[in-house]
Amino acid sequence: MVGLNAYMWLSLAVFTIGMIGFLTRRNIIVIFMSIELMLNAVNINLVALSHFIEDLNGQVLAFFVIAVAAAEAAIGLAILIALSRTKAGCHVDEATEMKG
Amino acid sequence: MTELFFGYFALAIVALSLAVVTAKHPMHCVLSMLILFLHIAGLYVLLNAEFLAVVQVIVYAGAILVLFLFAIMVLNVKEELKLEIFIGSWPVAVAAGLALFTMLFATFRSVTIPAGGRATVDYIRTVTHSRALGREIFVNYILPFEVVSIILLVAIIGAIVLAKKKLKD
Repeated sequence: MVGLNAYMWLSLAVFTIGMIGFLTRRNIIVIFMSIELMLNAVNINLVALSHFIEDLNGQVLAFFVIAVAAAEAAIGLAILIALSRTKAGCHVDEATEMKG
Repeated sequence: MTELFFGYFALAIVALSLAVVTAKHPMHCVLSMLILFLHIAGLYVLLNAEFLAVVQVIVYAGAILVLFLFAIMVLNVKEELKLEIFIGSWPVAVAAGLALFTMLFATFRSVTIPAGGRATVDYIRTVTHSRALGREIFVNYILPFEVVSIILLVAIIGAIVLAKKKLKD
């Protein structure tokens, strides 16, 4: 039987990889994918906890996280398309228009 | 048997998420992400959450990744491949990530949670998972459910407004 800690460590590993990707990549599309990675890590944690506590509330929360992730991806990619019309393109370190 | 499946899924998930973060070609990132989502769906099946596994495949692998594929068509991949993929100060970010990992790894070791809720494995097996989850959503979480539908509507309208070209008048 696999214990709760194994699932939590797996989700922690995925979350850390997503966070490192979010902080280091230049391409905005890959940064959005890192955000999805972190949301999925949280979902694994929620579903595992809900399974081991024997309570469905965590899975309902994971369901809402999936819905909000879909909204976030739509908005983020719309921002990307708007940004790609400027000269910055899709690189985060070149989008410095708002720098004071 | 469960250990075997969990080991396979865990190894594949960690390897594929590393591939998502380090691949040079954005298309390779999206395709590793696709296989990663299918493996996470398998993990949900191991955790007795079949409905969430199906939603994971339909919504994440079916809808969100198609959005990412459309976004990749916007950017010039040939030029992209000549550029550096990481920002200049990446060692700081990696150090911060590893610090978070070691800190939480040590913390999670001491987590123990008493079972004893209502939704035992036998309960879910007799009621079926989608019915149990549906009862939970439509009885206890009906207001958040409606709020989420409004969030999705706002996101659709916002995406159209942000992405459409400005009309010349």
